[in-house]
Amino acid sequence: MPEMYIARSSAIAARMLAGEMMVMNSMDSTFFTLNEVATAIWQAADGSTPLREIIEQRICSQFDIAPEQAQEDAEQFVRELSQHGILLVSDQPLRDPLAPEER
Amino acid sequence: MPAVANPRACVVEIGGIPISLRTDDPQFLDLLCQRYGGFLSSSRAEFELDFDLTSAAPASDEDVRVRREGTEWLLDRGDFRARWDPRTGRGTVRQNLNPYSLDSVLRIVHSLVLAERGGFLLHAASAICDHQAYLFSGISGAGKTTLTQLAPPDVTLLTDEISYVRPGSNGFSAFGTPFAGELARPGKNCAAPVAALFFLEKGAENRVDELPPSEAMRNLMRNILFFAEDRGLVERLLATACEFVSRVPVRRLTFYPDPRVWDHIRQWQEVGVHA
Repeated sequence: MPEMYIARSSAIAARMLAGEMMVMNSMDSTFFTLNEVATAIWQAADGSTPLREIIEQRICSQFDIAPEQAQEDAEQFVRELSQHGILLVSDQPLRDPLAPEER
Repeated sequence: MPAVANPRACVVEIGGIPISLRTDDPQFLDLLCQRYGGFLSSSRAEFELDFDLTSAAPASDEDVRVRREGTEWLLDRGDFRARWDPRTGRGTVRQNLNPYSLDSVLRIVHSLVLAERGGFLLHAASAICDHQAYLFSGISGAGKTTLTQLAPPDVTLLTDEISYVRPGSNGFSAFGTPFAGELARPGKNCAAPVAALFFLEKGAENRVDELPPSEAMRNLMRNILFFAEDRGLVERLLATACEFVSRVPVRRLTFYPDPRVWDHIRQWQEVGVHA
């Protein structure tokens, strides 16, 4: 099965409030709140770490979730956010759009 | 007493932000002065909008589009087209005589100015009770107009439709607006510190419930009037909304539609159950 890479879209604004991430798309003003697990995935979405590795290192180790369940939930979450243009998804590593420009 | 310094212009000051509205058409100037009568000002205008009137065309149900082009904002809907440059403070509006188009343009310009200054326009009624402002938001039919109609005489209506919120020296303040809803009555031109934001639901009893921050934010963002496709401004607005939810009590107010709901609001304030 191919790896899945995820990166945060550059068109969004995000802010943490009471342990949850508030995310807003500047193109259509849609707004989302991410729970603790989704926030952890969001924060790790650097475009170069495979989703599988994010789940192993950031989710299963910190939250009491079985790997299969975590993978299934994460893929659904990623699909939903990518449909709204919040996350970019690829089977190849992505450059993090929020990272500083390389010289 | 409000003064009209220029015979072809009037200054309308909402939320402490004076905007000069200029036109060559005396009929349109009359319309402006009548519609915003309680908000005419002799203050020096911060911004100027020149109106270029077109022949009558129906008001549009199209979605408004607000985007940046260089230093200017472009505001576009079927019934109006406007350009406004916040750096020079000047803009032009092409529209017909329709007062609803005029309201829309003013609301959008204020929403852009407010977003930069840490405030926002909210789809909510608001009123001053015992020197403090309360905001009442919710979907259409939730009871915004009903609640304002039930208000006792000592409560000052700021608006039954669009609330004006901006930061002051001591937290957020709510200002009156001329933007009326079903009540068809403009708000009073005054302001007070915001004591609470209530999301309304009609029910069999009067009750105030806590809302978790994420739900408070979701409800707040759903009701903020914001149209701009601009990441910088969206970031600013998101920061403002988080600040508001952190500082102002945001609650669900379930109410039975009779005047006792206002006793409940006063009791909630006096007992300080929100503290």
